[in-house]
Amino acid sequence: MTGDDPLTDPHQVSVRVNGTPHELTVESRRTLADMLRHDLGYTGTHLGCEHGICGACTVLVDGEPARACLMFGVQADGREVRTVEGLADGEELSDLQRAFSERHGLQCGFCTPGFLMLAEAFLAENPDPSEDEIRDVVSANLCRCTGYQGICEAIADTAAARRAGGAP
Amino acid sequence: MTVGRSVPRHEDARLLRGRGRFADDVNRTGQAYVRIVRSPVAHARIDGVDTAEAAAMPGVVAVVTGADVADVPPIPVRLPNPDHPLDAHLQPVLAYGEVRYVGEPIAAVVAEDPYLAEDAAELVELDLTELDAVLDAEDGVCAATLTDGFGDVDAAFAGAAHVVEAVVEVGRHAAVPLEPRGLVAAYDADRDRMEVWGASKVPNFNRGVLAGMLGMAPERVRLYAMDGGGGFGARGEFYPEDFLVPWLARRLGRPVKWTEDRAEALVALNHSRQQRHRVAAAFDDGGTLLGLRDEIWHDNGAYARTHGLTVPDLTVAMLPGPYRLPAYGCRLHMALTHKTPCGTYRAPGRYEGTFAREQLFDVAADRLGIDPVELRRRNLLTPAEIPHTRPLNALGTSMVLDAGDYPKLLDAAVARTDGWRAEAERLRADGMRAGVGLAVFLEKSGLGPYETADVVVDASGAVRVHSGGTSLGQGIETVLAQIAAERLTVPDDRIEVVNGDTDLQPYGLGSWASRSTVVGGGAVVRAADAVVDKARRTAALLLEADPADLELADGRFTVKGSPDAAVTLGEAAAARMPGGPGMGPDEEPGLAARRVFTVDHMTYPYGVHVALVAIDPGTGAVRVPRYLVAYEVGRAVNPKLVEGQLVGGAAQGLGGALYEEFRYDEAGQPLATTFMDYLMPTASETVPYVETLVTEDAPSPDNPLGTKGAGEGGITAAGAVLASAVRAALGLRGTVGRLPLTPSRVAELMDGAGPSASDLGGHNGGDAPPRPEGGPAHEDG
Repeated sequence: MTGDDPLTDPHQVSVRVNGTPHELTVESRRTLADMLRHDLGYTGTHLGCEHGICGACTVLVDGEPARACLMFGVQADGREVRTVEGLADGEELSDLQRAFSERHGLQCGFCTPGFLMLAEAFLAENPDPSEDEIRDVVSANLCRCTGYQGICEAIADTAAARRAGGAP
Repeated sequence: MTVGRSVPRHEDARLLRGRGRFADDVNRTGQAYVRIVRSPVAHARIDGVDTAEAAAMPGVVAVVTGADVADVPPIPVRLPNPDHPLDAHLQPVLAYGEVRYVGEPIAAVVAEDPYLAEDAAELVELDLTELDAVLDAEDGVCAATLTDGFGDVDAAFAGAAHVVEAVVEVGRHAAVPLEPRGLVAAYDADRDRMEVWGASKVPNFNRGVLAGMLGMAPERVRLYAMDGGGGFGARGEFYPEDFLVPWLARRLGRPVKWTEDRAEALVALNHSRQQRHRVAAAFDDGGTLLGLRDEIWHDNGAYARTHGLTVPDLTVAMLPGPYRLPAYGCRLHMALTHKTPCGTYRAPGRYEGTFAREQLFDVAADRLGIDPVELRRRNLLTPAEIPHTRPLNALGTSMVLDAGDYPKLLDAAVARTDGWRAEAERLRADGMRAGVGLAVFLEKSGLGPYETADVVVDASGAVRVHSGGTSLGQGIETVLAQIAAERLTVPDDRIEVVNGDTDLQPYGLGSWASRSTVVGGGAVVRAADAVVDKARRTAALLLEADPADLELADGRFTVKGSPDAAVTLGEAAAARMPGGPGMGPDEEPGLAARRVFTVDHMTYPYGVHVALVAIDPGTGAVRVPRYLVAYEVGRAVNPKLVEGQLVGGAAQGLGGALYEEFRYDEAGQPLATTFMDYLMPTASETVPYVETLVTEDAPSPDNPLGTKGAGEGGITAAGAVLASAVRAALGLRGTVGRLPLTPSRVAELMDGAGPSASDLGGHNGGDAPPRPEGGPAHEDG
């Protein structure tokens, strides 16, 4: 099933993940999620449904949230990908990560990386969101543990703190 | 004091950084990948499985079928009931001869790459002759019939002024944790050691089952629990894959990895909840409950899985709830159908039974002209009647409702939601159909018979706890650390809890049935106290003092009256190294203890849910602007985590009440096989802010901390309270009939097509209610 099968054609990919450049060869059909997780070791990106509904695999591609299960690795060629591993500054959690903990916005933590990346992109675009706008964007992803309450609160807290402290 | 404080969760830092370690994050050098070939039909004779083409594909390592495991026994029941053997209905690890549900494993393909394994699985040819599929429990083979009760039920109903009867159903839905399952197994032939990563819930039990099926001693098998992406009852039971993956690793002589995808998870992981109740209650003229009876059809799907009779058993035992009940009779038929097998899902049996019972109370209140809250208050057990021994059996334990003031919590919940009826009025004025519902419930938690914990202190003073539980999101690492910290008088962040490693803790019974804080916490208390005793003896030697004269505070022993000379726990541990100065003759070196905590009974928390719903009269869509969970927890070790359990549970329960259902077509094909069709609530459907009222009025007398489990109280009455609120909003005379209350169902109820009239029992009616016709009829074909 290799060689002339268009599904399995090898492609050279050059991608930056959290600022680190990577060069690798992947089959055409290899998803971005599998490439990140299994070829590059960014296992913080999780797969909950592999059909684009749950959003656990949400990463930022050139700053825009994307379902890594719905993109092929080869589509990330030449682009900048940001994953949950890139949020903390060394050992120091980001303000958003701290807010998730303070608001008990995570329990099992499986959906958490997707929500963090979704919220990160959202707050970059809309630094002063209303409660309804937050709830609307949070409804893009699924969480089975928290009932979303702590997630919404954490995003609101982070937005307020960032506004108070000046835009990052 | 750390117990009782909302300390930050120990789990959070790694999970927030993407450094949790879930099953699919584990890899072993040289691993091959499994793909399971599953039945595409509900019921068929297997005439042949042709693996030749798949096996010939480059990159394929092996293809196995039922014939290869024909001598492997089926998966046993974890909690067997000797009165009801289920041996004839257990699931084989691969179907052989016959398949009984869509999704049943028929073959397994192993390849060098997961993509190749999936390609090859599509080349396995199944020669199947389809057979009729049974899709309604009342048409299915009855695997067991449970009967229980007390008092003279016939007399109670014969003499009653009012009898209220109903047929109510709960739709099939399930835990659906967000992480699909995964397993990695590696076998070391030279040492005859099997290692499996990805265990959860009950690692030691599963170690025993796996060892038995592989013909190995349990001590040769080591399971590691990982971070679990949600459990809720379904994850961590022993499924066919839990045998196949390790067995393939041994057979092939190389590590084997399996990661489930969502399409598989929705048909392979235990389903739950599907029951039909023909339930009736008898009241006197003053609204006093005289009797309760129920005949239940429990759709268990195609096989009896590891839970055996747990859900049926708890349905029957817990149906009476927190009420004073003179006479009770219940019969449950556990029937097999050609659907995914069922098991427990958070609040098993109670979600279903609470819905059935509380709907009856609402109907009765209207019939008797008594306020629904008042009707409940009149019939709740009072503090003077507690502890209350109920002559029923729950999971092999006698039922003693241990501590509580049920009316007090009901009154507190009503006071807290005082303005909600006025809010419903305002919503009605805006053109919505709106109503407030209320449901009271009894929970159970802390199932024994025992749990085990090790507390180990090293020379630096760092502490490890080897727990028998597993991490499923409930915060067990934090809670057990808090409990150990309190006993050892050290900060909780000095304590690391290691979960679910069967070599480190071979005597743990696992995390389920809201038992980890109650029973696991009790074991940590005992082990930590034993460590303190040892350390005290050592400190006394070092300080040349009488152990009785030592005080422990901030992790240091001092002699009363002379605070300057001190021995820390770490120093005591160092002095207890082999040959150390703190060792008595013949003492075991190190500062560690393993202790078991046993319980005879479960402990019974209780609660009240109140909800305000607003229904769009055009679409039937139900919105839930307000929701209260009031819950008595005995003692909250970490209040924030208790609230998190209650809020999250309510959201999950709302899913089953309003949206989620595994429906099947008439051929037994599942209609919800993606998240497009299986509608888990998003942030747009859940309650914006679930209020909680957590009380600590009635600590359990059965464990040293007085705790009661908090894992399930958020979901138990979710179906009941939303049904109650929808019923109030629509002004129904009868029950809502069935859950989930999807927009189309609610629209039917608004049009009067529901069961409002048909399921109202006659005055003093004595016969079992009829099988439903129209109205609430099941939709399974």
